[in-house]
Amino acid sequence: MRTTITVNGEARSLDLDPRTTLLDALREHLKLTGAKKGCDHGQCGACTVLVNGVRINSCLSLAVAHDGDEVTSIEGVGTVEKLHPVQQAFLAQDAFQCGYCTPGQICSTLGMLKELEAGWPSQETAPGAKPAFTDDEIRERMSGNICRCSAYPQIVAAIKQAAEAMA
Amino acid sequence: MKAFTYERAADAQAAVTAAAGTPGARFIAGGTNLLDLMKLEIETPQHLIDVSRLPMAGIEETDEGGLRLGASATNSAVAADARVRALYPVLSEAIVAGGSPQLRNKASVAGNLLQRTRCAYFYDTSKPCNKRQPGSGCGALEGLNRNAAIFGASHACIATHTSDMAVALVALDGQVETLSPSGEARRFPLAELHRLPGETPHLETHLIAGELITAVVVPPPPAGGQVYRKVRDRASYAGGLASVAVAGGQVALGMVAHKPWRARTTEIALASGATAAQAIDQELAGASALGRNDYKIPLVARLAAAAIGEAKGRGA
Repeated sequence: MRTTITVNGEARSLDLDPRTTLLDALREHLKLTGAKKGCDHGQCGACTVLVNGVRINSCLSLAVAHDGDEVTSIEGVGTVEKLHPVQQAFLAQDAFQCGYCTPGQICSTLGMLKELEAGWPSQETAPGAKPAFTDDEIRERMSGNICRCSAYPQIVAAIKQAAEAMA
Repeated sequence: MKAFTYERAADAQAAVTAAAGTPGARFIAGGTNLLDLMKLEIETPQHLIDVSRLPMAGIEETDEGGLRLGASATNSAVAADARVRALYPVLSEAIVAGGSPQLRNKASVAGNLLQRTRCAYFYDTSKPCNKRQPGSGCGALEGLNRNAAIFGASHACIATHTSDMAVALVALDGQVETLSPSGEARRFPLAELHRLPGETPHLETHLIAGELITAVVVPPPPAGGQVYRKVRDRASYAGGLASVAVAGGQVALGMVAHKPWRARTTEIALASGATAAQAIDQELAGASALGRNDYKIPLVARLAAAAIGEAKGRGA
């Protein structure tokens, strides 16, 4: 099926088997291998990308269903010469060991910070209250991203540093 | 994944017409549960009708003072809606207790209601399961059934419905609106959407072939406080072992039956002056367990009593 998706600002037209997930379209068809295939069942978050600015698991989404959408993968977040503040903060805080989950962690962070700013509640948010930017809120909101190396304390520190830098 | 054809429906009527006229057709919205099951070849649709772009994502106020939640509104959008948080805090709390943020950003209202069980024997295609393969038997009956139902189970199936959102909507007297292939629209209580397993656990709802859920209508909230409480193995991002939704004097239990369990016995007892503990004990007099899930009975007793008490405090 002919499908056109704007990926990192560039319209990409692909002829896809309807079975192709958004993750496989990115990795296998567009050779954008930043988003990772961890579990392929929406449990680990390594495939997290932003679709129209919202974070989703690209492994649990059909590429053909994203015709006309705008996708941002880690390749569209900063450059080697000019890292995004979230990337800079992950480096500065040593927020990874093997790095496999990191593209998903960073894309998830970008979506999460927007959700927080928009006042979306989590289970850590008091009823009716605006969510606060606390460690507990960050941990809960990042619970869809597993880190097998368990760099969680550094990830929380990196997110706090990035949010400060972006404020 | 088995091969399938795909279409994006032009409108709701086209979607139901296509569903009725195409063998093996299924609707897909967020797809977070359906695609997972398709990868495992537990679900093998021959044709997918994408309804995610139909104009059914809105959340509107009703003339009665409640809200109409469009079927394709995302779980995140419902949980974050200021009117939902003000009128139905139990619903917002239930939604954010389920899945991960990425899943909630994709999952729809109707898809959440129609998600399949997480029973391990349903997922394991090397094991018998009457829900996955009718007549093959139930591997869970004498197997690892720690998370099995304690209400309304049958010898054919002891699986539970795992939605958090549906528990809150059932407690709130939610109504489902649908469109049938004939063009007929109907509205009925959400509590009557799902079936108990009986001899036919593969039949999970009372929807007819090709019928599409278009919205869930929530009436004005009952007087009194609202609370959602859930118990699970991890602090976050895990299926529940048991949950309870309280909205004033209305109570529903989750992960204890093949459907969200409206605790009518508890409600009647509460209305006639019983304590929360007495009221839930009366409900649990009708529960039965199989050994490994015995713990659910005292767990629900304590969980529901605590939640009813907390809701009373919030309503004061």
